[in-house]
Amino acid sequence: MPESQAQSAVVLELTRQIAELEKSSDSEAAQEEIDRLRGQLEALQRVGTGAPKDAWDRVLLARHPQRPYTLDYIQLLFTDFTELHGDRRFADDAAIVCGLARFEGRAVMVVGHQKGRDTKQKLLRNFGMPKPEGYRKAMRLMQMAAKFGLPIISLVDTPGAYPGIGAEERGQAEAIANNLKEIPKLAVPIVVIIHGEGGSGGALAIAIGDCVLMLENAVYSVISPESCSSILWRDWQHKQDAARILKLTAQDLRGFEIVDEIIPEPPDGAHTDHAHAAALLRPRIESSLRELSALPAAELLHRRHERLRKLATFVRES
Amino acid sequence: MTWFRREKKALEVPQEKRVQTEGLWVKCDGCKQIIWKKDIEASLHCCPKCNYHFKIGARARLEILFDGGRFTEHDAGLASTDPLTFQDTKSYRDRLKKAEKTTGAKDAVITGEGLLEGKPLIACAMEFNFIGGSMGAVVGEKITRAIDRCIAQRLPLVIISCSGGARMMEGAISLMQMAKVNAGLARLDEIRKPYISVLTDPTTGGVTASFAMLGDLNIAEPGALIGFAGPRVIEQTIRQKLPDGFQRSEFLLEHGMIDAIVPRKELRGYLARSLELLGAWNDQ
Repeated sequence: MPESQAQSAVVLELTRQIAELEKSSDSEAAQEEIDRLRGQLEALQRVGTGAPKDAWDRVLLARHPQRPYTLDYIQLLFTDFTELHGDRRFADDAAIVCGLARFEGRAVMVVGHQKGRDTKQKLLRNFGMPKPEGYRKAMRLMQMAAKFGLPIISLVDTPGAYPGIGAEERGQAEAIANNLKEIPKLAVPIVVIIHGEGGSGGALAIAIGDCVLMLENAVYSVISPESCSSILWRDWQHKQDAARILKLTAQDLRGFEIVDEIIPEPPDGAHTDHAHAAALLRPRIESSLRELSALPAAELLHRRHERLRKLATFVRES
Repeated sequence: MTWFRREKKALEVPQEKRVQTEGLWVKCDGCKQIIWKKDIEASLHCCPKCNYHFKIGARARLEILFDGGRFTEHDAGLASTDPLTFQDTKSYRDRLKKAEKTTGAKDAVITGEGLLEGKPLIACAMEFNFIGGSMGAVVGEKITRAIDRCIAQRLPLVIISCSGGARMMEGAISLMQMAKVNAGLARLDEIRKPYISVLTDPTTGGVTASFAMLGDLNIAEPGALIGFAGPRVIEQTIRQKLPDGFQRSEFLLEHGMIDAIVPRKELRGYLARSLELLGAWNDQ
């Protein structure tokens, strides 16, 4: 299918999904998703080719409806993927997928946020917004990885942790906080790949590692540009300004030394060629894993603690 | 002869006779009664009628906590470098200056060391009036240094939280403070010294999602708003009103998220007793 034809098919699909969601008001997150879909339509129409990209262009690319999601990368980069479910406490959260797999023949544990592409999948995946059980499942399986000496590969792509009544009742904050405290203790290599949206604490909860890679058009931020705009300007109209001032691009984060390496994407973005995007990522995961696996466990943990201790220290004595 | 005669004298315009009461009386946000301010101050800023807990500043918190209100402050000069050179309708630098002027602090947390019933501990208290008590690089660094000191000196830790969450004006840098502080708490686990988290009204966002919910003991003041997402965000997402008492201390206790609700007047005694029971000072 030529690209323009493929694009108009996506436009049609998105328009259909918006209409569908507007009809079904039974989903709690439906309204927010409608706004998001409208943003995606805008992305399709706005993001052109070749032109220099500003921060908002990257936000749109990071949320592009055709961008590869975690399961796409798993399919393209791993073999023998064996999905594992449930937090053993309450439920299985489909917004986070975890499982055993092989990377270049080596057994690893993969964890990642998962968004849905059609309406049914979007509802199932709760638009990629995990609840506490998702974070607890990831923690359980990361601890299992440490028990069996398996390196962990984490694929990050979420608008944020889900803000709902049930999520609060079951301790959303505690679930995220606990991951941030327990992941640093795991004595196996952890490679983090921010490949789409890095939505605040909901992303960070599975984004602590020894090596943090970020795709060229991915974004990582403490707040969405829309919410930032509504707090500072009292409306959503300044989302583009907000995207710029939040310094959320891969280049910005590399500059702050929060990200170790920027992974290039195909010229017009990862959504144009999933296999190519995965092929560009593969050698970087491989080299990181090789380097980290060579370290004795004590050294690995020591380096991780040093890294976290110095992370984002921007203070001065006055 | 007229039966009635008009008084010649014009009505006197009453002189300003108001008694200056401003600042002497306070309306309680809990029971709406007018309370003599000195009575509130005498009861640690709690309403003597309904026990409503008024918000208080970080310095007052530490003065209430430590014996004789005395403590040695740490890292008081630490200030933000404005790493994003953040500018919206106002510049972040101006916001910082204004916050410093109103609170007298350089950022949203005060940390220090002092005695509690004669036993040493390190404590941090957050200042809500400093940009909503938000956590940026300074808050993250000061709390991490407090943890480092606990480890070096083998002392217990108390953090009194009061915060809207991560500081937007420092972007992903403020997000990373959550990782930095919690990695510090992971190291604190190794020396087996207790950390007690005291949650006060309000504690939300990146602060609950990092250190505030991870005390060996989590205790809260009565009626405090505690949660991950703020109630407005949740209402916007689910498009319905939230039930009464949602995300209040009592709700968290019921859902198993905190160990106890402790009124401000009982805080010192509660902390001293539980730290003693946990063996915080066994090797002193």
